[in-house]
This record gives sequence, C-alpha cells and structure tokens, in this order.
Amino acid sequence: MGVGYVGFSLGDRHQLPSALLGKPFPQFTATLLYEPQTRVVREDILGLPTLVNVWATWCPTCKAEHAELMRIAATSDVRLIGVNYKDSRLKAMRWLADYGDPYDINIVDIDGALGVELGVYGAPETFLLDADGNIVYKRVGDVNSRIWREELAPRLAQMGVYRAGAEL
Amino acid sequence: MSRGVLIVLIAVFVQISVWAASPVDVYQFDNESQQARYKSLIEEFRCPKCLNTNIAGSDAPIAQDLRRTVHRLVVVEGYSDQQVRDFLQARYGDFVLYNPPLNTRTVLIWVMPGVLGGVGVLVLMVLLRRAHRRGAIELDADDKSRLQSILDHD
Repeated sequence: MGVGYVGFSLGDRHQLPSALLGKPFPQFTATLLYEPQTRVVREDILGLPTLVNVWATWCPTCKAEHAELMRIAATSDVRLIGVNYKDSRLKAMRWLADYGDPYDINIVDIDGALGVELGVYGAPETFLLDADGNIVYKRVGDVNSRIWREELAPRLAQMGVYRAGAEL
Repeated sequence: MSRGVLIVLIAVFVQISVWAASPVDVYQFDNESQQARYKSLIEEFRCPKCLNTNIAGSDAPIAQDLRRTVHRLVVVEGYSDQQVRDFLQARYGDFVLYNPPLNTRTVLIWVMPGVLGGVGVLVLMVLLRRAHRRGAIELDADDKSRLQSILDHD
C-alpha cells in the first residue's frame, strides 16, 4: 500500500519537489521591463522579504492569478517582483497597462535563462525569498487566496512583514 | 532552366525538408567529441514538463531551453558531463535524471525491488519446505495394509 502510494504520488507532475528550497536565489543578470538598458543582478533584489512571480502573457493561469496578485499588492507590505518569462516586452507592458501592475520591480527574462537558474518548467511559478535572498517557499501554479492565506501570509508574518488590511 | 540551377534548387529543398522534419537546434561545436557529449547528455535528461520524454526528443520550450543550456555548459563553459548533471539536478531536482541517485527520497525505488524479491524467495522456500515435509511422511506396514484394503474395497 505504502509503496503503491509513493509510486502514484510521484505521478503528480505539477508539484515536483523544488531542488532550490532553502537555497539562495541564484545569481542572474537581466534587464528591467521599463528600462531595457538597466541591468539587474541578484544583489539588487536582496534586503527585503520578496515574492518573485514568474509570469507571461501567453500563460492563461497567469491571467487567472493576476487579480490575487493585485489584491496582495494592495493589501500587504510584501515586495513583489515580476519576472516576465519568455515573452515580448510590448505585450508585457500592454498587459500591465490593461490589467494593472502589482509589481514593485519588473524584470525581463527574455530567453528563459533566469528560468533555468530557478528550475522553472512552466508559468506561473512564485518564489518567496527572505531578506537574505534564500528561497523559503515555491509555488508552481497560480497564487490564489488559499495559497496566500495558508502558505504565504503565515511565512511573511514570521518574517515580520506587516499585513495591512488583513481584516478586509 | 539549366541543370545546374535545378540541382541547386533540389539541394535547397532537400535541406529545408531535413530542417523541417527534425526539431534539432542548429548549434556550433568546437569539435566532434563535444558534439557527441552534447548529444548523449540531452538524451540523458528527462524533460520536466513533458510526459516521460527526454530533452532531446521534446519540442516543449523548456526542453529547448535546457538543450541550449547544455550546449552552453559544454561548449562555452567547458563543463564535464558530471558537472552538467550536477547543474541540472541542482535546479530541477532528481526528476530530470532518468537514473536517480540513491538518497532518502529515492531509497524506496532502489531498495524495494530487492526487498520484494527477497520476500518472494522466502515465501517460496517456506512453501516448498512445507510441501516437502508433507510428502516425506513414511507409511509403516499397518498403514500400507490399511491403504491396500481401502483400495481393494473399491
């Protein structure tokens, strides 16, 4: 029975154990969405507990989770970083103009190189980093209100991120 | 149309159809051994997004990215095969390795076949011994004559 369970649970392909949990966010070099000339490296995103959301305009689930990201941006103090993954700058900017921009920093991963460093195999994926840049949680799939309530908010509270409007 | 032009056109179309038929990316290599290592490495890794395909055989964007990554590691960075394996495993976990390493999470995969085989052998031995013991009951003279009388009676 136990063996059978383990065997079948390995078939759940949507939650591969992340090899990066507990590891530092990888070194990378990318550019900003709104300033293509400006380079961003790992050191630029350290210092605050941060949600790094890997998204793309070609990804339907990203559309589905967008409202929740907007809500998180509006009601919590956590810093949100968007990684626009294998997309076009133009489409990304239009999307953020149309649906709202929940991100404090917008990074472009045009060819998926940062995605490979992060072990990303689809979008959306969301990483929670502590202030030192260690990956403490990873979500493959959409961030919804349940994930926020059960996984993200408690960890952020532990890190001392004030959750304004939690009672809303 | 001269024959030369025709031949060139045929050659172009044949080449185009070869490109179209195979999803193989066009990469430059410094030498043939590099290329051979690249080929055998991309055969070796499992595509994280697709159902049981290696990254050589998949058209998924993530497989393309991983092929490009393997190419970069082999040709530009000069990684050894083992360093390439470690690189991908560090980012995508044991899942990308078709030949999973022995650790706490994969120990069942490695140990179970042996354990189950051992249990099977044990059960077989117990059954055989029991059958053997039963078959080994010796009949004494009384038993034999009684048996004979029963048989004769019928």
